[in-house]
Amino acid sequence: MSELRAQLQEWREAIAALVPSWLARRWSRWLAGALIVIGIVLPFFFAPASGFLNATIIALAYVVMALGLNVVVGFAGLLDLGYVAFYAFGAYAVGWFGSGFFFNAHIHVLSSALGTAPGIHLNFVLILLCAIGITSVAGTIIGLPTLRLRGDYIAIVTLAFGEIIGVVAVNGTSIHLGGGETLTAGNLGISALDLPYFPGIGNFTLLDLRPWYWLIFVIVLIVLFVNLRLRDSRIGRAWIALREDEIAAVSMGIPLVRTKLMAYAIGAAFGGMSGVFLGAYATTVNASQFAFSFSIFVLAMIIVGGLGSIWGAVLGALLLSYINYYLIPDVLNSLPRTFGLNFDLTQLSFGIFGFLLVLVMVLRPQGLFPERRRRLELTAEIAAEDAQLVEAGTPTAGAA
Amino acid sequence: MSAITARTSIRASAERPLALLRRYVGRWGLYVALAALPVYYGVHDLSHGYAVGVAHGQPLMRHDLSQLGFNLVEGISNGAIWALIAMGYTLVYGIIELINFAHGDVFTMGSFTAVSFWGTLGLTIGTSTLGLIGGLVLTLIVAMLVCGSLNVLIERVAYRPLRNAPKLAPLITAVGFSFILQNVGLLWQGGSPVGVSDLIQENNAVFHISGVIVHRADVLAVAVMVPLVVLLAWFITSTRPGRAMRATAQDPEAARLMGINVNHTISLTFLIGGMLAGAAGLVYALYETTVWYFQGFEAGLIAFTAAVMGGIGNVRGAVLGGLLIGCIQQLSDSRLGPQWTEAVVFGYLILVMTLQPRGLLGEETREAG
Repeated sequence: MSELRAQLQEWREAIAALVPSWLARRWSRWLAGALIVIGIVLPFFFAPASGFLNATIIALAYVVMALGLNVVVGFAGLLDLGYVAFYAFGAYAVGWFGSGFFFNAHIHVLSSALGTAPGIHLNFVLILLCAIGITSVAGTIIGLPTLRLRGDYIAIVTLAFGEIIGVVAVNGTSIHLGGGETLTAGNLGISALDLPYFPGIGNFTLLDLRPWYWLIFVIVLIVLFVNLRLRDSRIGRAWIALREDEIAAVSMGIPLVRTKLMAYAIGAAFGGMSGVFLGAYATTVNASQFAFSFSIFVLAMIIVGGLGSIWGAVLGALLLSYINYYLIPDVLNSLPRTFGLNFDLTQLSFGIFGFLLVLVMVLRPQGLFPERRRRLELTAEIAAEDAQLVEAGTPTAGAA
Repeated sequence: MSAITARTSIRASAERPLALLRRYVGRWGLYVALAALPVYYGVHDLSHGYAVGVAHGQPLMRHDLSQLGFNLVEGISNGAIWALIAMGYTLVYGIIELINFAHGDVFTMGSFTAVSFWGTLGLTIGTSTLGLIGGLVLTLIVAMLVCGSLNVLIERVAYRPLRNAPKLAPLITAVGFSFILQNVGLLWQGGSPVGVSDLIQENNAVFHISGVIVHRADVLAVAVMVPLVVLLAWFITSTRPGRAMRATAQDPEAARLMGINVNHTISLTFLIGGMLAGAAGLVYALYETTVWYFQGFEAGLIAFTAAVMGGIGNVRGAVLGGLLIGCIQQLSDSRLGPQWTEAVVFGYLILVMTLQPRGLLGEETREAG
């Protein structure tokens, strides 16, 4: 065992000697830089409206979702099964403030819509800010009744809120706001949303997906940066402390209510941002999108990635959304036919998805990319158990 | 001791009326909330009446409580199905603290098995009464066995390997199995709801209680649920394996030290939960006369809500929660419209959680002791 370890150490040193010193010193920074550059030039390798680019854009939007949920579930340890609510609020922010839906109003701020069109037409960035405001308030409100609860009860209350918001979205057609306007358009959907417009760049179109890609890429970078800074900040450490031991954390002076509500609000805000993007990208806001399975999908991403780990959330989101939106429908769909079987793989899509979830979790229960702190805990526990066993086996505990 | 606490609390509440209010809301608020719907609609029916038909161009109004009674009867029978499913949730949660998301889909499999099996037996509406009863009892046993084994299998494959894993990992495998079972259902019975033959002619009236009609389906649901619940209660409290289940639920480590085979006990729990879901599946198919591959999703959510409402880990709580949710659902269905029902049910869940966080009858889990 120790020989093997020494051998590994030797190899590691040999590799380290090959790497130039300027790279070795700041390797994580260089890696990040390289990834950003690859990310920026990636769309040039694909056709402007290719299926892969479409899947990548959706995957990146899910990365934002996963990072947001990771704040709530991963950092603060509050199991949230109603995350779809924030997707809904984000998407409805676009529906309300970026289309002709409220036809009695006539507000235009730097939008792509014609100046004479009725409705509220705000710039994409303004809608994003509105959504952040709405969702953080909604997140706080949803968080309030869960403060006294623990563990899975939080899960069920958030689930209940998520479902209620879904039902309200579907039945919003019968909630009248006066002047013939309703709250939502239900399953018909609010369509003809404004395409994002940026002064100096112009309108986005659905024929060229590259600007969409860059937009969501920038959002991902911002969210990622905020997430990394949050994790290492005072509030991030407070979340982790609450997650590990609530009583100990509170007695050390961490304000329980504020810290938990901050987690809900910040997680919700990320979900809202992603919701705005997904809503605008789909160019329609349809109430049937806001199903419980969405919350589960995002939760699966962060657990498969490794709960609490930022890079795990990114990886899990990319992995699961590529599998769901690209691999199964586009790449593998005709696979059975090439083997002479008479069915399409899409008929099995969620069966395959479920099977993969089971497989990944059984093979790697801690997730693909576990958080460093948790990894240390797991290995430390094993080490402690080993030590106990050794002690129990040899009363003269010198051999350990 | 209790006298002292009582006196101090009286003094405290005299000082702060707000605290008194809070104490009363905490103690009675939930009961008020639960009684609100039936009381409101009862008073409304008596004072404003409700339309039962049209006579001479005028709506025919009645001023009595029979519509409310009808809602409650339907609610109880519907709730009996939720109670059967909720017991599976509560047993599993009590013993391994897992929200078994695949449970609702096991219930769907129960319905599908029952429908296919009675199709194979050749049961139709024309079958003689004795043949029908015999056939349905056989179907019930088959559905229960199939679902029980399916649940045990899922536990073996998806949950047991993760016994020592982080707590949320089995949640994801449960979701995975839920998807797999839904896909199986989709391939089995197609993507849209399938009507099944109305074997028991569920809409035939059996008897009346002061103007409230009780249908065959209502009798069936309660007649299947009550014996199973009594049997389960006896099994858990009075038999050796039942005691082993309770011991494992309280402290698996200590149970193991006392010589209980924890793995077998957990498998047994899943077997029982699955069997109850199978029974619920058969009853549901006869009750609703349609089956759908996605039926288990909503049923699962409602049943889990029922389990939480009653106090998770608590079998009596699951039954109570199921019946209550059934009634809330029926009232909402007939008064507010079915499209709002889900929101009403979940609204009640949030109320229960905020007013009485441990459920109506108190939870019986490891952490609660």
